[in-house]
Amino acid sequence: MAQITTETLRVNPIDCTGHGVCAELLPELISVDEWGYPIVDPRPVPPTLDREARRAVAACPALALKLMRTEAPARSR
Amino acid sequence: MTTTVSESAPGGAARQAAGLPRLLSAIPEDLRGHLARYGATPYRGHGVQTGVLIGDIEASGLTGRGGAAFPVYRKMAVVARARAGRKVVVANGSESEPASRKDELLLRLAPNLVLDGLQLAAEAVGATEAHLYLHYGPTPEILRALAERASRGLDGLNVTITQAPPRFLAGQETALVNRLNGGPALPTFQPPRVSERGLGGAPTLVQNVETLAHLALIARYGPRWFRAAGTDAEPGSMLTTVYQPDGGGSGGSSPPSQQSKCRVVEAEIGAPLRTLLSSGAETQAWLVGGYHGTWLPMPQATGLTLANDTLKRFEASVGAGVLVALPADRCGLTEAARVTGYLAAESAGQCGPCLNGLPRIAAGLAELAGPGHRKQTRADVERWAGLVTGRGACNHPDGTVRFVRSALTVFAPEISLHARGQCSATNRKPFLPLPDGMPTSEDDWT
Amino acid sequence: MSGSTAFWYASRATGIVALLLLTAVLVLGILVNRQGRLPGLPRFAVTDLHKNLSLLAVAFIAVHVFTAVLDTYVHISLLSAVIPFASGYERLWLGLGAISLDLMIAMIVTSLLRGRMNRILWRAIHLLAYASWPIAFAHSIGSSKDLQHGWMLDMAVGCALIVAAAATWRLAHAARQVPRAGRVAAVFAQHTAMSSRSSGQSRRSRETVSR
Repeated sequence: MAQITTETLRVNPIDCTGHGVCAELLPELISVDEWGYPIVDPRPVPPTLDREARRAVAACPALALKLMRTEAPARSR
Repeated sequence: MTTTVSESAPGGAARQAAGLPRLLSAIPEDLRGHLARYGATPYRGHGVQTGVLIGDIEASGLTGRGGAAFPVYRKMAVVARARAGRKVVVANGSESEPASRKDELLLRLAPNLVLDGLQLAAEAVGATEAHLYLHYGPTPEILRALAERASRGLDGLNVTITQAPPRFLAGQETALVNRLNGGPALPTFQPPRVSERGLGGAPTLVQNVETLAHLALIARYGPRWFRAAGTDAEPGSMLTTVYQPDGGGSGGSSPPSQQSKCRVVEAEIGAPLRTLLSSGAETQAWLVGGYHGTWLPMPQATGLTLANDTLKRFEASVGAGVLVALPADRCGLTEAARVTGYLAAESAGQCGPCLNGLPRIAAGLAELAGPGHRKQTRADVERWAGLVTGRGACNHPDGTVRFVRSALTVFAPEISLHARGQCSATNRKPFLPLPDGMPTSEDDWT
Repeated sequence: MSGSTAFWYASRATGIVALLLLTAVLVLGILVNRQGRLPGLPRFAVTDLHKNLSLLAVAFIAVHVFTAVLDTYVHISLLSAVIPFASGYERLWLGLGAISLDLMIAMIVTSLLRGRMNRILWRAIHLLAYASWPIAFAHSIGSSKDLQHGWMLDMAVGCALIVAAAATWRLAHAARQVPRAGRVAAVFAQHTAMSSRSSGQSRRSRETVSR
């Protein structure tokens, strides 16, 4: 079965100090809770947002946001 | 500690047929007694035979008895196939759950079973190092067992004993590794899992002491023997710590002589909970799975069994086997609020959502348990509960929320009573056991 | 005007601009750390400005160094820009410049590799900024006659005061930080205080214990 590589955003909650830069750069996938910490969409990043996701990861001052690779079987009919 | 081992637990004939008790004998045994009863430690030998034990463990269906119920063979396989010069096995006896006593009793009555399991697991994964992580540190029973084994040359690896700090999270896998590395017992973010990179970066197998005791018996009697008890999906037996209304129950932070009376019972998985816990008029609710567990309503839950299969209907699981029948004369809401305050204080304070959410949830619950509360509080608690779930580095917020949400459901009538300044309880003595004091300095985590 | 004099003027000018840029970069870096905002701008503007101005500063320093080397009035070797005290001319002051530049190179290179390196190591090297700026400042004052009098001196002193103020602000925050073991208690206290102030009202608590 073919595998597709998807990428998912994950935040290391220990490193995160709630700067909120990620949510500004990627509001489609990241919002901020009432204490300033990010709520990250757990679904794979859609290809159209790939560049913005990478920018958000690079911009995090705490290096807490990561893009993780996951292999998933391609949906077969 | 006033715990008793129960050989005459309800359902005696069924227990005998299932070959219970397996782990607990009535009296503590020295090494000679242990070897006479169980035979020699069945090392498989290195080389070709390594890995055979893992196959037996897989066939047996043994899952972790520390609370997470993770299939044991999977963790072993990951460590076994890692290519590393250093590999570590840790027997986790930290028993950080305040209401749990089973590991303490097991280590007192059958330390050799645990130590057998530790050495057998070490051999199977090719470990170069063995550790014991204990709540009370090196006890006389453990030291004697180790000395006797050393004089007979029984053990392949020397065992290093480390005392766990008395923190709720001290037994969490990554916190355990951090403590053994010399730092505080604080969790770290995963990945990587400790079975891939743990102590000093080496693949580390962490297993609860009860799990290792079962492993030691499976190595002797085989997977089919293990499956003779329990259910198909969840085979075997497990140790439970049971709190009953008749136990006198004066818990809370009272001196040891007045600690909540509980019994440690080895039960078959799948046994009806009503054979372990009272369900009559003297009981108002059950708590299954300890302080990260789930409150269950009476009488709806009376038909449930000690198996995750049936418990999951109520979003509950057996956890590390803490079972509580809350007496009808107590205030369940107050008990839940006390425990939640403890859970909040035990947050590592490393992750924003947990640090900010748990104290607020605890304060909200304390308000609900008091006389009258603000209209907004119930909704606030629910909102905070939603905000902390899944957003910590460990599952402390998730477990706490599970405990809290089930309490709010089961004790909903009590909340209404308290809102009017009333309370149904006639006994104000705390029932659920909690340690004294809150951690205040970094040293409290080492 | 001869070619060599043009190089000399260029070196002096780019050096002064570089000092101003580095002052801004350091202050912005502190602002990022403190989660501060520039009025009317989004948060990512602070981080982006900090990064972009640091690269601009590097560009100006590159020109500052090359023009100084190319200038033939005094002999300054390219190597002495990175090897401290290797220059015959103004050994001390240029040496300080070389040290500062070395530290900056370490910071820039590690920041370009930020996603691939150990977080703690990156942070430790980045903290060298607090050493790099004063050394650059000493280099500037010591080697530039321009900065030693008049309005340029005022400007240089102004930069130093701004940096001192920002660094003090940063230190004060570090001193006020609640240690990890005390954070939960601090949230309890904060929440109790807030609840008693706003009892009866439906309010979302905005205060958090910062980490």
